[in-house]
Amino acid sequence: MDGSPPLLSLRGISKLYPGVRALDSVDLDILPGEIHVLLGENGAGKSTLIKTILGIEAPNGGEIRWKGRRLGAYGIREAYAMGIAAIYQELNNVGCLSVAENLYLGNEIPLGRLRGTVSPSRQRAAARAALARVGLAVDPAIAVERLGVGQKQLLEIARALDRKAELVIMDEPTSSLSRSEIDQLLGLMAAMKAQGIAILFITHKLDEAKKIGDRVTVLKDGKKVGTLGIAEADEELIIKMMVGRKLEEKYPRRSARIGAEALRVEGLTGARFRDVSFSVRSGELLGLFGLVGAGRTETLRGIFGADRVAGGAIYLEGELARIERPADAIRRGVSFVTENRKEEGLTLIHDVVENATLPSLGSFCSLPAVVDQGRRYAATMDYGRRLNLRPLHVRKRAMDFSGGNQQKIVVEKWLMTGGKVFLFDEPTKGVDVGAKTEIYGIMNRLLEGGAAVIMVSSEMQEILGMSDRIVTMYEGRVTGEIANGPEATQERLLIMATGGGLE
Amino acid sequence: MTQLGGAAGIAAPEAERRSALEYLKGLLDKAGPIVAILILGIFLSIRTDRFLTAQNFTNIVRQAASIGLIAIGMMLAILTGGIDLSVGALMALSTILMGKAVQAGWPGLWPVLVCLASGFLLGAFNGLLLTKLKLPHPFISTMGTQNIFRGACLLLTAGTPISGMPPAVKWAGSSFVAGALPVSALILILVYLVFGFFLRNTTLGRHIYVVGGNTTTARLSGVNVDFTLVMVYALSGLMCGLAGLVLAGRVDAVYPMAGIGWETDAIAAVIIGGSSFFGGRGNILGTFSGLILISVLRNGLNLMNITPDMQTVILGTVIILAVFIDVVRNGGFAKVKKL
Repeated sequence: MDGSPPLLSLRGISKLYPGVRALDSVDLDILPGEIHVLLGENGAGKSTLIKTILGIEAPNGGEIRWKGRRLGAYGIREAYAMGIAAIYQELNNVGCLSVAENLYLGNEIPLGRLRGTVSPSRQRAAARAALARVGLAVDPAIAVERLGVGQKQLLEIARALDRKAELVIMDEPTSSLSRSEIDQLLGLMAAMKAQGIAILFITHKLDEAKKIGDRVTVLKDGKKVGTLGIAEADEELIIKMMVGRKLEEKYPRRSARIGAEALRVEGLTGARFRDVSFSVRSGELLGLFGLVGAGRTETLRGIFGADRVAGGAIYLEGELARIERPADAIRRGVSFVTENRKEEGLTLIHDVVENATLPSLGSFCSLPAVVDQGRRYAATMDYGRRLNLRPLHVRKRAMDFSGGNQQKIVVEKWLMTGGKVFLFDEPTKGVDVGAKTEIYGIMNRLLEGGAAVIMVSSEMQEILGMSDRIVTMYEGRVTGEIANGPEATQERLLIMATGGGLE
Repeated sequence: MTQLGGAAGIAAPEAERRSALEYLKGLLDKAGPIVAILILGIFLSIRTDRFLTAQNFTNIVRQAASIGLIAIGMMLAILTGGIDLSVGALMALSTILMGKAVQAGWPGLWPVLVCLASGFLLGAFNGLLLTKLKLPHPFISTMGTQNIFRGACLLLTAGTPISGMPPAVKWAGSSFVAGALPVSALILILVYLVFGFFLRNTTLGRHIYVVGGNTTTARLSGVNVDFTLVMVYALSGLMCGLAGLVLAGRVDAVYPMAGIGWETDAIAAVIIGGSSFFGGRGNILGTFSGLILISVLRNGLNLMNITPDMQTVILGTVIILAVFIDVVRNGGFAKVKKL
């Protein structure tokens, strides 16, 4: 691979937004057939860089070369035509159309040679071969909305391969996949590499980068910090490059006193979970571990009143609580930090004040139902400062913040309700290393203040690093409970979470 | 506006100060049509000698009053990402019910109360269809009720108007205070002020924006989404009732075919005023400017003796132009072009 000319070469790429230098003279070479890992905190400029490569954003300075040829201004269609493809974090396929139709969307296979016509049967036949290449065993005639996230991703990859892409950009493809799906994806990436396809792989997971990457480039504040061969890139060095400082502890310590029982569920049963029982005390963090689809999110939604439960009981501080809708839960001090901050946690087009004070709006009323604007602005600023919201500009729309800071806005809105029980669903998903530690710090302060926390996470290290006690679920049922001590090993957790023998 | 603010946020995150210039720009963003109104006004003042008269202004405002009240309700519906196509028919039905009360000899303010209460309840019915029957979009439910309400008007009256309104209704529709100010104009301005406060400073007002911005987030944040939606359509109905009252007072009669096509003018005022058709964004000052722009335009076209047929064509062009300007201003045009 050494000595071969780069497939894509960026020199001195800068991108200015009013008041922000999103990219500052970035150089980057992607070689044919390499897996190039792009790392950086949220807001470091990764998204802008991808958009620049795809022609969605035009750079303010610098030059881009594709196979040595200098490119003028180009758009996303030209990028596709050249052989650049992107697998986005939020997959953009048309749910109600079939797998085959999505695969050939914009590139339809015609009836004979008649332009403007589509041959569904030929598309289905061709799709079968294309799907087999990525190991996706589904009927090409079924609607895409029936596929899981991992399957949709494979479909997107099949589409890229079908269009003879030579560079595939993957934006955090593993963030919502289960363990086995991740393994399948990483295997597929290795196979693509073997065929000479280059991959620009954006991820937050350093272990994946180590496992599959050839080279690593780190961005920070819009600048390139450096490019390393994978062998030189140890975790400590990369974190230091990303955050510009050493993280003393990934999982900060806390001095919370575990007190009385705050929440108990007994025999809770819903559409995708059955007979779930556990409890959590004040000052205690209960980790809820399981594979994707084990019913953890659904259990939290049931407790919070977001979905109807068919049976079982919820006790708050020992008292039976009737929770039929989220408002009931919020009134009783239960908060739910949802997994999908964009779809369920925020109204992106509204500013921070609006978002942060939504559940607690009633408490900012001077007269009944009349909102005191000054007070809610001041409170939002105050909490924003405590959470280290960056930029601390609460009249900005939520959509203008980076992922980690959006998550802080979601946390802020629940802190402002003054809740006593916090349900966190994948709180650090899609959040960079620096912001992760900040979120752990916030959880610790909550616990030290006497709150009880239930945290759902698919990252075993996070569960082991943060929990006092761990409950595992598998296929909608609780399969075990264990205090977080020497016996709580990764192997044991995994056995419990896959329904394997309890002892 | 946000971009300039963003720059300030990076430089000095502690304090958010807005310069006078930014404030002016913000105001323009909110009331862009005001500029268009001024240009149109200057043009009409030069072209016709009847435009710049007190009599003409009174005319404009009185004609704007009914549509203006209806536009408020339409704006609420659009803010939640919905629409209310039944407004014209709903207004007609509440006035017909009032006319029936008058015929039945109900005394004093009772007919007025009938008009407003039936407007509110018919609107609430629209809201319940949406939230309880879970019809997919209010476009469908209110298109249905539009026909039901209009049909009911005709059934109740056999197609003939009812004339002779009580004094309170005539006062609201056709009298003046201090000699020159129409009462209907005062009602319009007062209601806009009240709704301005309601939308900005009350919990229900803020919930309307959030439900339009992201219904799921609103629900998971404890907002009673169904209640909010029912209230939106009920308030829209109430505004139709009030608009009907003003109209009936002006012509001293109620008639079953009143308000046909008014939903189009109301939607136009809201959209020209800068509200987003996808919900969550919009403000009362914008809607008011949109309303005045349409009214001045109609008035000007009348003064210039342009036929009603041609007027319709021109109004349609203005709506498309206004939305296009909005698209360009938000940079959406560049994005669309690139993709």
